[in-house]
Amino acid sequence: MHYAPAPMHIPDGFLSVLISVLFWIVSLAFMAYALKRVNQDLGEKQVPLMGVLAAAIFAGQMLNFTVAGGTSGHLLGATLATVLLGPWAATLVMICVVSVQALIFQDGGLLALGANIFNMAIVGVMVSYFAYQTIQKLARGRTWGRYVGGFGAAWLAVVVASLATALELALSGTSPANLAIPAMAAVHTLIGIGEGLITVGALGFLMGARPDLLKRQEAGAPAGRIVWVVGLVIALGLAVLSPLASSHPDGLEWVAEQQGFIGLAQSPLYNVIPDYAFPGINDPALATIVAGLLGTVLVFAVALGIAFSRRRRTRAAAG
Amino acid sequence: MHAHFLDPYQPRPSLIHALDPRVKLMLALAFILAAALIPIGAWPAYVLLLALALSVVMLSELGAGFVLKRSALALPFVLAAIPILFTAKGAPLWSASLGPWAIAISDAGAQRFFSVLLKSWLSVQMAIVLAASTPFPQLLLAMRAVRIPRLIVAIFGLMWRYLFVLVDEVLRLLRARAARSGDPDAAAGMGWRKLTTRLTARRGGTLAWRAHVAGGMAGNLLVRSFDRGERIYAAMTARGYDGEVRAFPLPALPAGQRIILGGGLALLSLLVFLGYLV
Repeated sequence: MHYAPAPMHIPDGFLSVLISVLFWIVSLAFMAYALKRVNQDLGEKQVPLMGVLAAAIFAGQMLNFTVAGGTSGHLLGATLATVLLGPWAATLVMICVVSVQALIFQDGGLLALGANIFNMAIVGVMVSYFAYQTIQKLARGRTWGRYVGGFGAAWLAVVVASLATALELALSGTSPANLAIPAMAAVHTLIGIGEGLITVGALGFLMGARPDLLKRQEAGAPAGRIVWVVGLVIALGLAVLSPLASSHPDGLEWVAEQQGFIGLAQSPLYNVIPDYAFPGINDPALATIVAGLLGTVLVFAVALGIAFSRRRRTRAAAG
Repeated sequence: MHAHFLDPYQPRPSLIHALDPRVKLMLALAFILAAALIPIGAWPAYVLLLALALSVVMLSELGAGFVLKRSALALPFVLAAIPILFTAKGAPLWSASLGPWAIAISDAGAQRFFSVLLKSWLSVQMAIVLAASTPFPQLLLAMRAVRIPRLIVAIFGLMWRYLFVLVDEVLRLLRARAARSGDPDAAAGMGWRKLTTRLTARRGGTLAWRAHVAGGMAGNLLVRSFDRGERIYAAMTARGYDGEVRAFPLPALPAGQRIILGGGLALLSLLVFLGYLV
């Protein structure tokens, strides 16, 4: 109904196993650290507050506004969560949002969840924090710093997260870097503007209605030095890597092949086709088709058999 | 107005529904891992995996239509894989020239594209069956069993409990906006007229103004949620909450369920092995 999947949740099947596992490890490390930090800062308050705010961000992603010609922009929320809660609590909230989206709504895969958490929770929050803090410092506490900072952070977080998504796909050999990176960046440059505008609107409302919520977070800011550096490294790293990767897609593929996983994925393909040779059929294409047909018949036989036996049993139970 | 349309759980008297949630979660994850491990282009293994997925869908009695409709949700992402059709190196299967450009679909590209598509579709089916056949509280139990940190599981639990309340809140906000700012989409009715109205209707205000209004709603939602969080915390404290998340110990897995779990894992390993063999 109102629930619209965002174009950044990678489903299962699109990432290679190596990349999936790698990002699971990174994401779990961040999650463990975020849990520790939030436990220190919030103590026993964390479960109710994190739970309700994760639900709020999830529900808030339904808030949309019409752009033009039947399309609409909607909130993603990583920046807003960062500004309101600080980086570690926001990371935890976004991890919960992304996980529940995958687990319950199949918006993003389960094996790919590590990568999705990295893109939307970790990159989103760290980059937001880095950009927001930097712009606020530059503005020296003047009001415009908050709005420009909110817009800039939201825009940058969305764009950098999309670059991370495109790089993961390219490293998995699913999407060529020279097409995926510019395409993702172009789409998310626009989506980022929508996100920035909503974030500014929300900050304006919060400034008017509950300035204490914003100030409370800013009072405890010095704890975020590491986050600022991580955000800077992620933003800079992806900003440098992406154009490099997209102008040398073969380089990226070469790296992938060196690591062996594209080779691993592809090598059976070339050896296999002759092996498909079905007894008595010499044409490999024909043999493949026959094998496919047989397989399909097998599938339906199995499925129909189970369905019939179930139906007979339920009828027997009913009668 | 209730947001129950969000809950994917569909009660059915099926064998899959009756499985222990821990077994279901582990087997669903193992299935998705197996689908990812089977190499590109191992079609015989894919066909067997498809047979397995279809059998599970049928056994779950959720109805193929329900699962198909929900699995279409992940479809838009296919766009990201389409370029691989044209860029992977291999013998051209089909080619066309568009003015100065010539494009060709290579056999390697087609293999990889359709493999990714099928793997993704099969994985999403399993995830749908898991979510639709297991009530969320049971899924939380299963998460504890696979050693997801207790605090994270507790936050998931609270999030789920208040999700419907806050979705209702958002729907009220959206309804209030539609009532006050003349939503052309809502007024347009159905079908073709709706489409043309959506495309041509004059929207109130500038784009920035509309985004600003949506932002104000988001801010409002967050303020209300903060307050709600404080109230929930106070209520929990009043009932003896001290920061420790306590839960009943998980019951041991019955022998029958262990056999199903072991059999499922063995079958999936066999399929992965077959995938590498062919």
